[in-house]
Amino acid sequence: MVKTPAAKPVRKPPAKAEAKAPVLPEEGSNHPRPRTPGRFEASQEELMHFYKEMLLIRRFEERAGQLYGLGLIGGFCHLYIGQEAVAVGLQSALTPGKDSVITGYRDHGHMLAYGIDPKVIMAELTGRAAGISRGKGGSMHMFSTEHKFYGGHGIVGAQVPLGAGLAFGHKYSEDGGVCMAYFGDGAANQGQVYESFNMAALWKLPIIFVIENNGYAMGTKVSRSSAETEFYRRGDSFRIPGMQVNGMDVLEVRGAAEAALEYVRGGNGPLLMELKTYRYRGHSMSDPAKYRSREEVQNMRDNSDPIEAAKAELIRLGVSEDALKTIDKDIRAVVSEAADFAETSPEPDPSDLYTDVLVEQY
Amino acid sequence: MAIELKMPALSPTMEEGTLAKWLVKEGDTVASGDILAEIETDKATMEFEAVDEGTISKILIAEGTDNVKVGAVIALIAAEGEDASAPAPSPAPAAAAEPAPAPASAANSKEEAAEAIVPAKRATVSDPAIPEGTQMVGTTVREALRDAMAEEMRRDERVFVMGEEVAEYQGAYKVTQGLLEEFGARRVIDTPITEYGFAGIGAGAAMGGLRPVIEFMTFNFAMQAIDHIINSAAKTNYMSGGQMRCPVVFRGPNGAASRVGAQHSQNFGPWYASVPGLIVIAPYDAADAKGLLKAAIRTEDPVVFLENELVYGRTFDVPALEDHVLPIGKARIVREGSDVTIVSYSIGVGVALDAAEKLAAEGIDAEVVDLRTLRPLDTATVLESLKKTNRMIVVEEGWPVCSIASEICAVAMEQGFDDLDAPVLRVTNEDVPLPYAANLEKLALVDSARVIAAVKKVCYKG
Repeated sequence: MVKTPAAKPVRKPPAKAEAKAPVLPEEGSNHPRPRTPGRFEASQEELMHFYKEMLLIRRFEERAGQLYGLGLIGGFCHLYIGQEAVAVGLQSALTPGKDSVITGYRDHGHMLAYGIDPKVIMAELTGRAAGISRGKGGSMHMFSTEHKFYGGHGIVGAQVPLGAGLAFGHKYSEDGGVCMAYFGDGAANQGQVYESFNMAALWKLPIIFVIENNGYAMGTKVSRSSAETEFYRRGDSFRIPGMQVNGMDVLEVRGAAEAALEYVRGGNGPLLMELKTYRYRGHSMSDPAKYRSREEVQNMRDNSDPIEAAKAELIRLGVSEDALKTIDKDIRAVVSEAADFAETSPEPDPSDLYTDVLVEQY
Repeated sequence: MAIELKMPALSPTMEEGTLAKWLVKEGDTVASGDILAEIETDKATMEFEAVDEGTISKILIAEGTDNVKVGAVIALIAAEGEDASAPAPSPAPAAAAEPAPAPASAANSKEEAAEAIVPAKRATVSDPAIPEGTQMVGTTVREALRDAMAEEMRRDERVFVMGEEVAEYQGAYKVTQGLLEEFGARRVIDTPITEYGFAGIGAGAAMGGLRPVIEFMTFNFAMQAIDHIINSAAKTNYMSGGQMRCPVVFRGPNGAASRVGAQHSQNFGPWYASVPGLIVIAPYDAADAKGLLKAAIRTEDPVVFLENELVYGRTFDVPALEDHVLPIGKARIVREGSDVTIVSYSIGVGVALDAAEKLAAEGIDAEVVDLRTLRPLDTATVLESLKKTNRMIVVEEGWPVCSIASEICAVAMEQGFDDLDAPVLRVTNEDVPLPYAANLEKLALVDSARVIAAVKKVCYKG
């Protein structure tokens, strides 16, 4: 049996666990810069909303992992557990239907954070006709044009020029929208990302490039894959200002999102945000987790969990434990309903094999 | 009610595994995220995490057990307030663990489904009749393509042109000449040399609702961008269950030019034509170039529009119509004949027509079919012509292996076997990278002499 050596030293938790102020490029250039963001001052109601959204993502993903284990979800399935504050903090500052969002294959959280029905997402994961892609896309390929959520893309980094294209559309149509294009620390090493940076900066496209730095590209630690590990600086050559944000604190994320949007909506062109975050689960469901220690993961869970932090803050604001328990129960019910729906809905009709290859008849 | 913990599938292919080690024991309290056990799959040893909270009431499968089926109950968790010592059911694979059944009569349903969606309209689609008295204007293919883009840009504000040197330089091959003056820099956009990037921007803009015309200086450079043409543009409509479209046109010269060597001389027609979800058009003359480019810009589907540099300067009659739009997916008989069918597309049509004239002088009456669209392929027109002549060759300026010619041969065998009086022959370029030396290049490329020889062979003459 392949095993981790028992006498493995306990690693120091990664620095990203520490909450720190967003970092901006040095002052002194003539290039416009976003203002220094602050932590979002949420009302109890707002924080409660973020908490519920993060908890929904957490419970949804836990259930998805369970359904995968039962063989009800097939193929690749990448869970967002641990990274919830990123999608919730950023997208709560956007307007669904006006601002567009595009991401890679770890996309369930971004969809839930944009208010897309958990039932049709879960039914897509189980490959059912009622799924948001009618069962023909799966976990990595889901879209909601109604919300201006443009996927859900399986090729690492491809969503970045596609996002630049969406931003091009916002500018061309003068619809006031901004595109938020998410990618990971792994995708940040793809050449097409920099082709997109160049054109986005050249044409002042309204786009926020969001690097979700969870520390690992599959099993490769950032320090083993990247010559520049401070990802917020990756836009320097294109004069794209960068912010580094603690992605484990939903209010830090939201505060940074507001500063970023202000800058991009102001016609200043693209902005790069690096969100330092962490995924608790494997890269996908078939990740043997041999590249990091159990202690490292446990340390993040114990000390940097975005949901626990929001919960503690809610309690400080006077929300009762009972109220929080009720919320958890309600969210579990929503997720159970989604899972039941996903398990019991019929598979696509065999004739669907041939539909949607082309839009028109020739 | 105790929660059953079932042997999880930890990879897309796992059917059973070894329960290597329990990290909890009966009576332990567990919370979501706790590691319960290590499970060895065919690929690796994986950790099995708790999802639910509660107390481990019973471990049903001992550690070290091999061949535990996915879905078998391996332990029980008692939820808060439950008796953790409740009697355990015997372990059995749960029904839920069975993968959802595949459609039972896949073969039958497939046929039925295929029947149900066969595009009935197909046979009735043909080029719109050109009204009597329409003036025919001698136009180069280059001008016809430019006119098509300009007309569509006037008609639809969403249409824009993007590519290297399309604006201020007026097009590397002058195809976009004059567009910048008329439509301005907002709609005629010079890009940096960054094919992968701007192909992605084009596809993304199309997903967002615009109608991009993305010019590749030549299709050789589109190989850098092919991921976006295939994975982003062609597959999105299907993967989204018809929700998200990508009405983009990728266009530019394709195939061998003149003395530019192997890296700049390749016909990508067969590559793109093999991809479901794409429309692939490769016209020959100016009227088809114009009418089909206009159709390509209008369609909701992503289009690869293959032009040919050597044909850009050739002049053909183009009807002076206000809106000359042709049907996609329809071949055209460019020369009627009765003895043999020569199927071709793009610059090959010129070679075929030249050969047909020479053959006529020798008493062989060849019919020339211009495919015009490579996907979807108009097999009906090809088979109808074969029915008439009973002999067929395919002329293609491209490599022979896995070519459009190969595809036509397969179609003739599968659907026209009884009409064949001779084997279908492929007349293509030589199966080598294109050489630079003038004499070698000439030897490598398809020409009318080879077409004539092949026609005589299938006619059993000479």
